Amino acid sequence: MTVDDRFVRDFRETQEEQLGTPTEIITGPVSDWATDFSHLEPEWAADPYPILDDLRVRCPIAHTDRFGGGWLPTRYEDIAAVAYDTERFSSRAIIMGNYRPPKELAPVGAVPPISSDPPFHHDARKLLLPAFTKKEVAKREEATRAFCHSLIDSLEGLEVVDAARDYAQHIPMRVIADMMGFPPEDGPRFRQFVENALEGVNLPLEERMAHSAELFDYLLEQIRDHVANPRDDLTTYLIDAELHGRKLEPSHVAGTLALLLIAGIDTTWSAIGASLWHLAKTPADRERLVAEPELLPTAIEEFLRAYAPVTMARLVKQDMHWRGVDMKAEDWVLLSFPAANRDPAQFDRADEVIIDREINRHVAFGLGIHRCVGSHLARMELRVALEVWLERVPVFSLADPSAVKWAVGQVRGPRTLPLRIG
Amino acid sequence: MKVQINPERCQGHGRCYDLAPGLFTEDDEGYGQVIGDGVVPPDAEREARIAVSNCPEKAITLVEEVRG
Ligand code: HEM
Ligand code: SF4
Repeated sequence: MTVDDRFVRDFRETQEEQLGTPTEIITGPVSDWATDFSHLEPEWAADPYPILDDLRVRCPIAHTDRFGGGWLPTRYEDIAAVAYDTERFSSRAIIMGNYRPPKELAPVGAVPPISSDPPFHHDARKLLLPAFTKKEVAKREEATRAFCHSLIDSLEGLEVVDAARDYAQHIPMRVIADMMGFPPEDGPRFRQFVENALEGVNLPLEERMAHSAELFDYLLEQIRDHVANPRDDLTTYLIDAELHGRKLEPSHVAGTLALLLIAGIDTTWSAIGASLWHLAKTPADRERLVAEPELLPTAIEEFLRAYAPVTMARLVKQDMHWRGVDMKAEDWVLLSFPAANRDPAQFDRADEVIIDREINRHVAFGLGIHRCVGSHLARMELRVALEVWLERVPVFSLADPSAVKWAVGQVRGPRTLPLRIG
Repeated sequence: MKVQINPERCQGHGRCYDLAPGLFTEDDEGYGQVIGDGVVPPDAEREARIAVSNCPEKAITLVEEVRG
């Protein structure tokens, strides 16, 4: 057996310098959401739904000149069409900002499989699927439940707690750290990585690059530790995994770990937080779930529909006329699963939260080949987090509605959520 | 009545085996699988319809059989 020396040198040193394309950073109030939209402005972060609902009626494929040009479809059928059409819309970049990565990165992308296009995508995704089936993630339920209880224990005696900071965020951090075999005490660093990757989108390019370098420095440290001390976790699994008869490129291993760390944490943190926020401000729903816990799985799907945390992006491959608009190669398309989930053409009473909604074909986890690999894990975490909270803290309310702060950018959930529990 | 999954459309969302575990299960990669021959017992028809109408990919079809 030969020694695995793929990670001895920093793989970034041997990569050819590939430069992407930066565009001008434009910030400030939006003049008209139909022609100048920005998902990075405070108005959007505070409440995007009225904006999306208005656009769906007035201008269902909105445009912006910000970010070097982009589109925002708000009808379910258009969003589904983009998600399914991997021929014309590339996943080479999935975070809409002022930087387009070099074209040579396709079809792998920086963080496979989410950044990958066919045909590479299928095999990169297949590597991950077995570890994330419903049956596999069920094995983590007991430990997750015990951890949720320990978090509630630590709130003992408090009247007001921040449910986003003191509860929701810790659950996915702990679960993913365990799965990857990273030190659980690195949680605060994970939070920094997540914020940098998803919320630091309008920062100058050098700063974004520096943030990304910090994340990959950390991952390389963890990978080297796993090469020296292999164990039964996802990191060792990816180090040993083979694709087309060879071990993965070092950049693939690190990129997938980066994806799991980022995608695994603030998405689920957002979903838990948004569900608790809804229940805190809707006593009738809270009381009903406390009285009928068997309704929780149905209610969770409705929270995922109504407060879908994740918006993705695509890049247009070629100039084209598409459903009435003229798209240019390299234009962004902001793929708003939250907008699809509130389209009245697809859902009855789309703007209402109905916790016993029986028919709910929502797309919070995406559609088509990129369907969230972590969806079964996220559902388990969300159910356990809410079960434990409702069992231990059946009575709670918003301590100060104006103090609730929502994340800016493509993953939306409460980052500050003061709840009165005493 | 019978249920079928179109494997070309199924992406493994798992709504079918969550909602109708008597009719569907998952394979090793999380894709939906019909249990047995997919024939739906009369008392599971409601469950079958719920699974069909919750599949995000519209991958499940109900085949109504003519009863003899
Ligand atoms: C409520 C929580 C979550 C939501 C709403 C969510 C949402 C999504 C969405 C919408 C996509 C599709 C991306 C696209 O079309 O470009 C996606 C992809 C993905 N998610 Fe999640 N996610 C969640 C939790 C997780 C967790 C816990 C993990 C794993 C640790 C995870 C890992 C992934 C991965 C690996 C992909 C890429 C799949 C591919 O490209 O084939 N997600 N997620
Ligand atoms: S719900 Fe649909 S997509 Fe999901 S596993 Fe079942 S058939 Fe497949």
